Amino acid sequence: MSRVVVVGAGIVGAACAYYAARAEWDVVVIERDQVASGTTSRGEGNLLVSDKGAGPELDLMRLSRRLWLELADELGRDELELDEKGGLVVASMPDSLAALTEFAEGQRSAGVVAQPVEDLRSLEPQLAPGLAGGVFYPEDLQVQPVLATQALLAAAIARGAELRCGTEVLGFTSGGGGDRPIGRPLRLRLGDGSTIDADAVVNAAGPWGSLLGDAFAAPVPVLPRRGFVLVTAPVGPRVRHKVYAADYVANVSSGDAGLQTSCVVEGTRGGTILIGASRERVGFDDTLDPLVVRRLAAQACALFPFLREVPLMRTYRGFRPYCPDHLPVIGPDRRVPGLVHAVGHEGAGIGLAPATGHLVTAMISGALRSRRDPRSPDVLDGVDARAFAPERFASAVTS
Amino acid sequence: MRGADDTTTFQFDGEPIAFRAGQSVGAALIAAGRLSWRTTRVGERPRGIFCGIGVCFDCLVVVDGRPNQRACLTPALAGMTISTQSGTGWTP
Repeated sequence: MSRVVVVGAGIVGAACAYYAARAEWDVVVIERDQVASGTTSRGEGNLLVSDKGAGPELDLMRLSRRLWLELADELGRDELELDEKGGLVVASMPDSLAALTEFAEGQRSAGVVAQPVEDLRSLEPQLAPGLAGGVFYPEDLQVQPVLATQALLAAAIARGAELRCGTEVLGFTSGGGGDRPIGRPLRLRLGDGSTIDADAVVNAAGPWGSLLGDAFAAPVPVLPRRGFVLVTAPVGPRVRHKVYAADYVANVSSGDAGLQTSCVVEGTRGGTILIGASRERVGFDDTLDPLVVRRLAAQACALFPFLREVPLMRTYRGFRPYCPDHLPVIGPDRRVPGLVHAVGHEGAGIGLAPATGHLVTAMISGALRSRRDPRSPDVLDGVDARAFAPERFASAVTS
Repeated sequence: MRGADDTTTFQFDGEPIAFRAGQSVGAALIAAGRLSWRTTRVGERPRGIFCGIGVCFDCLVVVDGRPNQRACLTPALAGMTISTQSGTGWTP
């Protein structure tokens, strides 16, 4: 049996472990901290088609959405807290509504269900009056990311995968011995002083994926992009959908390092309201910034006036794995045969995790079968994987 | 009859609770022998002061009609009307 070592037990690592275990790989997940202790537990659990324009990332998300629904059937909808709540994008002014409407037209041509909404308060009765309009995306989903990670890992472990928490992968020595189907396996050095041989290594280290790439002399340009989420006291089911302002899409696709905030509001099963989303590139600085909290709260109160009377219970913050072109890095690294990247999903990692795990497994299995150096297949399940190939950064990160 | 008592008590579910200047609502309730005053939203289990520093949101009360106020952080003031909270404190 060939072994794949997955580095990182966040949602992406868990999905890679699950699909690799299903493909009967010998799977070992190595996590330096705890399951879902990084970016996975710092977001909202968005599975959004609504914020992606036509293109490869949308194709990847549409594949991932189908896989999430399959996973809900297999692992249990309640185990994931999967909720087909739908997303409502609102525009406060006529010009932003025009831009949103044009964006939605492009998405519709790519197969996304995007319904113009004139009477916003019929969908969300608590919304402020006087907003220009919006678009409803019934395909947007939500999961509870930590539960989903645990469920995926548990299913992988039930198929024989092993999980090791509390140690990290430092790099590799020269290839180890053994009769492996392709070449020599990589012998990985771990933080606890041991080694482990792997036919394939999956870099699922999220915003720390660049550090792992460096340790393999295969750098990938993944940077942390900080985000805050505010949590209110429980108010019950007062916000029905994921509701966000139309400028969110522009903020997501911006490359600006400075602070950007756009309003995302949604209820949770526990009755609290989650308020996002800020973006800023400040390295791994996790200082609480009251200015960001104030801006997010003010924007949310403008959209949902009842929130003015609701106490803020807590805030949390984390780091999205950001790539300069806002696309994930998924695929074999030509510089180190056997190394496969699955990082750089920015704020879309929860949504894109199953498709990433599915693609990664197909890539390493395909490479194994053909007994040649692994390389990115062109198109898998309707997704043009070339858009995510690590070599797109070759001119920037080699030489 | 309004007397000296009225300047150092607040009303809690219709009963006067005495407090000292600077005391929080939660501290006054505990001093008066009340250890719990809220029930949880799902299991209706009793809750009172847990962290005492405003973090856990267990000690919620309705203060002068405003729900979800933390008893541990709310300074006791004469004449306040405070009541126990059930559920989220909000009417849907």
